[in-house]
Amino acid sequence: MAHDHDHSHDHHHDHEHSELSETQLRVRALETVLTEKGYVDPAALDAIVEAYETKIGPRNGARVVAKAWTDPAFKQALLDDASAAIGTLGHVARVGDHLIAVENTPQRHNMVVCTLCSCYPWEMLGLPPVWYKASPYRSRAVKDPRGVLNDFGVTLPKDTEIRVWDSTAETRFLVLPMRPAGTEGWSEERLAEIVTRDSMIGTGLPKAVP
Amino acid sequence: MTNATAMQAASAVPGIPQDDDGPVFREPWEAQAFAMTLALYDRGLFTWSEWAAALADEIKRAQAAGDPDTGETYYSHWLAALERMVAEKGVATAQTLHRTRDAWDHACDRTPHGQPIELRASDFHD
Repeated sequence: MAHDHDHSHDHHHDHEHSELSETQLRVRALETVLTEKGYVDPAALDAIVEAYETKIGPRNGARVVAKAWTDPAFKQALLDDASAAIGTLGHVARVGDHLIAVENTPQRHNMVVCTLCSCYPWEMLGLPPVWYKASPYRSRAVKDPRGVLNDFGVTLPKDTEIRVWDSTAETRFLVLPMRPAGTEGWSEERLAEIVTRDSMIGTGLPKAVP
Repeated sequence: MTNATAMQAASAVPGIPQDDDGPVFREPWEAQAFAMTLALYDRGLFTWSEWAAALADEIKRAQAAGDPDTGETYYSHWLAALERMVAEKGVATAQTLHRTRDAWDHACDRTPHGQPIELRASDFHD
């Protein structure tokens, strides 16, 4: 488990606590009041938001991964400081500070768990999947990551270490999956199409190469 | 119904950021604010022309206060218009909203990282 966050930033935030932005607080307040008064149904609101699942945030993760696969200098920069590296891609929207890219290798597979606050890199991945927000995923991922991966249909070699990263409100993780064999010479655009959301959370692998 | 309502909104309310398929959002909370507005419209709380006027009013107010008007703040105005609309229609006062916002802030502070943030009655008592 990694807990080596940077404590030096100037956010008035006790690290052990959850955090919502001012705007998120106001949105939650509205939802609470409208629900209490019977004007909205939270399940119906969720359904509306989920209908826009693919329309929220820039969802640039796949492009970033594809670029890292094809451009060794960018890959190094990404692993050194993901926020800064992604910031150099002019056409890609900004991401929050403290985004850390963790690289899968034959020796080590990375998997990210998160919480229900703001620590999901939605700028890269879009909306979190429902299972990701569920407490069973979080608790099991820490105790039995290999079992969770099996549930997702991912079987790794026995000697591959599985490392679970615990996101925080300020430190978020992006898994850099291994580039599949058989993709030599592919363009970034073509590579981006096989990079799935789950492969960047670490609960999946890139799509199989046909 | 959702999609039909959203398409109606997108054509009746100026400025909603969209692509070829309909509305797009920069952040999850924007979609939540949009969803609440659709739900209230479906309940008949306001018409789209009323909503467009309330939003335009909010944008004018923000511009007068120096909003750069780059489009990035569109849903901030949307949220402000929604709070105002809810108050004007007698659904909830600004004070109630503010109190609930403070309660969420309190709930956040006492919730250890990694736990779901849930509101309790005691969050209102500070």
